[in-house]
Amino acid sequence: MDATTNCVLPRYRVVRDEAACTGCAQCVRSCANGVHRLRKDPDRIVINSRACVNCQRCVVFCPELALTIRPWPQVGTGSSTWTAEAMADIAKQAQTGAVLLSSMGTPAPYPIYWDHLLLNASQVTNPSIDPLREPMETRVFLGSRPEILKINERERRVVEPLPPQLKLDVPIMFSAMSFGSISLNAQKALALAATELGTFFNVGEGGMHCDLEPFADHAFAQVASGRFGVDAHYLNTAAAIEIKIGQGAKPGIGGHLPGEKINSEVSRTRMIPEGSDAISPAPHHDIYSIEDLRQLIFSIKEATGYRKPVAVKIAAVHNAAAIASGMARTGADIIVVDGFRGGTGAAPKRIRDAVGIPVELALAAIDQRLRDEGIRSMVSLVASGSIRNSADVVRAIALGADACSIGSAALIAMGCHQCRDCSSGRCNWGIATQRAALTARLRPEEAAERVVNLVRAWTAEIQEMMGGMGINAVDSLRGNRLMLRGVGLNEKELDILGVKYAGE
Amino acid sequence: MTDATHTLDAGKAEAAAGTAALTGGTATGEVTLGLAHFKEANEQVRKALASADAVVVRDANAQRYLGCALPAGKSLDILGTPGNDLGCYLDGGAIVVHGNGQDQVGNTMNDGAIVVHGRIGDAAGYAMRGGTILVRGDCGWRAGIHMKEYAGKRPAIVIGGDAGAFLGEYMAGGVIVVGGTPGDYVGTGMHGGVIYLRHPLSAESIMDGLIQELVGDEDIPQLAALLAAYDEAFASEGPPLGGDPGSWYCLRAASARPYGGLYAH
Repeated sequence: MDATTNCVLPRYRVVRDEAACTGCAQCVRSCANGVHRLRKDPDRIVINSRACVNCQRCVVFCPELALTIRPWPQVGTGSSTWTAEAMADIAKQAQTGAVLLSSMGTPAPYPIYWDHLLLNASQVTNPSIDPLREPMETRVFLGSRPEILKINERERRVVEPLPPQLKLDVPIMFSAMSFGSISLNAQKALALAATELGTFFNVGEGGMHCDLEPFADHAFAQVASGRFGVDAHYLNTAAAIEIKIGQGAKPGIGGHLPGEKINSEVSRTRMIPEGSDAISPAPHHDIYSIEDLRQLIFSIKEATGYRKPVAVKIAAVHNAAAIASGMARTGADIIVVDGFRGGTGAAPKRIRDAVGIPVELALAAIDQRLRDEGIRSMVSLVASGSIRNSADVVRAIALGADACSIGSAALIAMGCHQCRDCSSGRCNWGIATQRAALTARLRPEEAAERVVNLVRAWTAEIQEMMGGMGINAVDSLRGNRLMLRGVGLNEKELDILGVKYAGE
Repeated sequence: MTDATHTLDAGKAEAAAGTAALTGGTATGEVTLGLAHFKEANEQVRKALASADAVVVRDANAQRYLGCALPAGKSLDILGTPGNDLGCYLDGGAIVVHGNGQDQVGNTMNDGAIVVHGRIGDAAGYAMRGGTILVRGDCGWRAGIHMKEYAGKRPAIVIGGDAGAFLGEYMAGGVIVVGGTPGDYVGTGMHGGVIYLRHPLSAESIMDGLIQELVGDEDIPQLAALLAAYDEAFASEGPPLGGDPGSWYCLRAASARPYGGLYAH
C-alpha cells in the first residue's frame, strides 16, 4: 500500500432488483457519477457503488422502482470512537493531505432546540381563531423603525419619511445562494417563486445574472469579501443589499469557488476571468471593526441614495448577541443570523461540524439583548439555518425573528436529496452544478411551482397555528415567548431561550 | 498577461488629469464642504454634479464617500483631505485630489481614474476591477487587495513612494506599480495579475508561490504606459518615476490555482 492507495470503503451500496428491472437504462441516463453503466454482450447494467453519493435521482426516476440505496454493509469495529466515518476521514486525509470538503449544514447530532419548544393553543378563554373564516395577517415589513413616528393628524400622513422597508407577504424568504454554487435555473426558480409569493430571494455573493434582473424587485444583492459582481448598477438594481460577514455552514472562513466551475456565464456575472479560482477572503478587508462595518453600510447607502435597506448577515457564534448589538448601532436595517445546522454552501467538514452555535439560542439571545438595550426596533431580525417546516418558522418568530429564510428546504422542494456532494459539481438534480446537460434537468417554472406550493402550504399551517393561539397577525407573534414552552431542556437553556418549562 | 485584448486603463488617468475642472473646461460647479457631515457633503456634491460635469470641491475635511459611484463624463477636483472610501464603486468618473487621501481610496471601483497628489491610507483599490489609481507618494497597508481583471478591463494602481505591508494580497488580476519600497508579505495569496517593483524584494521576503524576475519584453509596454501616466500627472511635483522600464522587476503568481490541491471531497 502506497500513499495513493484508496482504502476508503464505499459509503453506499446500490441494489438493483433484477426481477423488476426491465433494462430501460433510465438509471444510466440519470447518473452523472457513472454509478450505472450499460454493458453490451450480454446486455446488462453494471453498478459501481463506490461512485454513488446517495442523491437518489435514479431511485426516484426508475419506472419500475427496481433500485434502492443502502448503507455499505461492512460492519463497524464496534467502537464508538473509531466509527467508520471517523476512520474514512483519516484514510482520505492520509491519502491526499487535503482539507476535507463537504456541503450543506452540519449533519452531526447536536441538539435541535426547535424540537424542544412546544407551541400554545387557546382553550376556553381567549378563543382560537379559524383562519378559514377570519382574516389572518402574514404580511411583515423588514427595515429600521424610527424611534418616534411623527404624524400630521389633520392630514393623516407621516411627517418624516420612514427608513426604507421591504414588504413580505409571507414571513419566509429564500437564503443567499450564488450563481456558481447553484445553477442559473435554480436561481431563476427562486426568483419566480419569490415574485409569485410576494417575498425575496437572494442572489448570493456571485453577482446578478442579467436573466434575473426582471425579478430584481424581489432580490437581495449580496456584498461579500470578494466583491464579485458588485458595482453601482448591481446595488441599485436589487430591492435590498445584504453584506455577508459570515454564513452558518462555515463561520469565520471565506469561500472558494474552484476554477472549473467558472464558465463563461459565471465569469460574466462575477466579473472575473473564466477558469480562475474565485476566492472570497475570510474577512472583508475594509472591515476590521464595528466602525468599519458602519463605513461599508453607509458606502452602500450613499451608492443607492438611501433608498434600499441594508442587511448584515452573520453566522450564529458565541458572542452573537453583543455583535448584533453593535450591528444594530452601525446603521444596519436588517440583521440576519444563520445557524450552523443550516447552510447550502460547500464548506470544510471540520468547520461545518465544529464551529458555530444553534440558531435558536443565538436568535433568542440577540432578540433579548436588543430589547434590553432598547434598540430592538432599530433593526429587523431574520433567522435562517435549519428551518425545516412551518412550526420552525412559528417558533423562530416567537423567539424574536421578524422573518425566516429558507435555503435547504427550498432546494429540497426542487429535488435536492441532501447528498451533500454539492462541491463536486455533478448534481444530478440540476441544482448545484453548471454542466449544461444537468442544469437542463431543472426547469425553472416547474421548480418554482414546487417552491411556491411549499411556501403556500407552510403559510396555511402558520395561519392555523397562529389561529390556534388566538393570534391573528405575525406581528403579534413576534417575540411572544409566552406562546412557547420548553421540554427536555435544562435551566440554562430555558434561561437563554427565555421560555418557561412545559406545565409552568 | 499582456495580450492585446486587454486595454490598460492608463490612458484614462491621463485623460482625467487633463479634463479635471481646475485645468479649465466648461460648466464647472463648485462646492465648499467645511465641516459638513458626509451625508450633507455628498448631497451638495451630487447636486452640483447634476448641473455640471466638472465640480471643484473645496475645503474637504475627511468627508467619506466623495465621488461614490461617479459615472463616466463626470469629474471632481478635491482640495483638502477627502475621507475614507473616496471614489467607492467609481463608475468611470475622474477624481483628482490636491492633497492626501485616507483609507480605501477607490474601494470596489469599476472604472475611471483617481489621481492623488499626496499620499493615501490603507486598502486602496480593494477589489477594483477597472480604472486607474495614481498616487504621487506612499500608500498604507493592503493596497490593491483582491484586485481583479475581467473582460478587457485591467485595473492599475501606481504608487510613487513606499507601500505598506500586504500589498496585492489575494490579487486576482490587474497591475500594481511601486516606485519605492513595499512592506512585508507582498502578494500573499496572489493568483493573478502582476506587481512591478523598481526595487526587487530580497529572496527571503518573496512569499511562497510567487516568482520575482526582471520584467520581460511583454511587460514593458504596459509598465512604460503607467510610468508615463504617472510622470505626466505629477510632472511639476518632482523627478519622474520612470527611468528605464527594463530595469524594473515583476512579481507574479506561479499558479492561477494556488489552492487547487487544498481540498478533498
